[in-house]
Amino acid sequence: MRVTISVEQVRSEWVRRIEEVSGQDVMACYHCGKCSAGCPAAEAMDLLPNQIIRLVQLGQVERALESQTIWYCAACQTCYARCPKGVDLPRLMEALRELAMQKRGDHLEIARLDVQALAEFPQQAFIAGFRKYTT
Amino acid sequence: MRYFYFPGCTLETKAVGFNRSAKEAAGALGVELVTLPEWNCCGATFPLSTDNVLDLAGPARNLVSTAEAGGDTLAVACATCFNVLRRTNHFLRKHPDTLEKLNAFLERPQPYAGQVEVRHLLDIFVHDVGLEAIRRRAVPGLGGLRVAAYYGCMLLRPADEIALDDPERPGIMDALLAALGAEVVDYPHRGECCGAYLTVKSPEASMPMSYRILSAAGRAGAQVLATACPLCQFNLDWLQARLRQQYASYQPLPVMYFTQLMGLAFGLDPAGYGFEQHYVDPRPALAQAGVLGGIRSP
Repeated sequence: MRVTISVEQVRSEWVRRIEEVSGQDVMACYHCGKCSAGCPAAEAMDLLPNQIIRLVQLGQVERALESQTIWYCAACQTCYARCPKGVDLPRLMEALRELAMQKRGDHLEIARLDVQALAEFPQQAFIAGFRKYTT
Repeated sequence: MRYFYFPGCTLETKAVGFNRSAKEAAGALGVELVTLPEWNCCGATFPLSTDNVLDLAGPARNLVSTAEAGGDTLAVACATCFNVLRRTNHFLRKHPDTLEKLNAFLERPQPYAGQVEVRHLLDIFVHDVGLEAIRRRAVPGLGGLRVAAYYGCMLLRPADEIALDDPERPGIMDALLAALGAEVVDYPHRGECCGAYLTVKSPEASMPMSYRILSAAGRAGAQVLATACPLCQFNLDWLQARLRQQYASYQPLPVMYFTQLMGLAFGLDPAGYGFEQHYVDPRPALAQAGVLGGIRSP
């Protein structure tokens, strides 16, 4: 796969917005990989957490937004607890989720949820889920 | 000792046994929990984007209400509510501009100044009551019941804001359970995520996360697993109902609230602790360990 990396992309409006909404400097990450090593949801992800940061660093925001990884982050904060550079990756994931939903709409169709399961779930699960998957 | 108490939505419905056992166990230790008047939902997740001020209004309103009622502490049983309320408080203390906006939005007679302390019941029991007093009260005790203390995310991280325990090697729940007469088991994954709300849309992702925790605790010899979070309780418990259907040989591990174990250790009547609502009924394991015998009325 050919990827073109340009100064324009690296300094694009999208990258600036992601940094603003997350409050994070994506260039702070030097890819030690601790976030990916400790992520309990990593096995479900198509890209590892540090690969998502790498895409944003390179201005490849579209590819980061297409990845399912941002939807498998449960904001458990394990990566942030272990990051030697203090990068708050859960905040970055949140900014990417918000951006993805602004561009493409909600990630969850409530009408499609399994009604039987809904009857079992604690409402805490819904409130949190709807907050993460809908705008 | 008297504190304002925040139950939260799930403790009024799916986790009534957590609510009831929390209040009764506190009462047995001389801790009076006064339910915060007109409390409202904490929001169930702490908003992580810097421009999301409105989602702080819900949790902030509870902090204002506590201050208005003359309280200096808000005691919380649910680990998630505790996390959201505590992080909100921490954020408002550090961001006076946001605090001012929210005060203007909430239109309460007294503006909030960050003076309330949000504390988890584990903190209050271990540090205000003290392990020695708990040990003295723990009659009949848990008789060496092997318990895996499970912390999950919300009691631990982010550590600088939550400041309850070491995020990589937590021990506060272990210390409490040991004081109750449990034999706490050492096991990995005690601070790892159960999958949380991923279960709503992506159970295929959350179930392996929950399974790793259960499996590690089971292999370490636990007879029950203790938690402080209704969503962890649900995820870890619900998964096992499916595992039992799939594998006849599956050995279930009851998932209990730490306050239910406190009630039992103190000899309180567990009627109303909601054991029948658990997918894995903890009563056979408790009876086998001799913990359900010798129950007396409160």
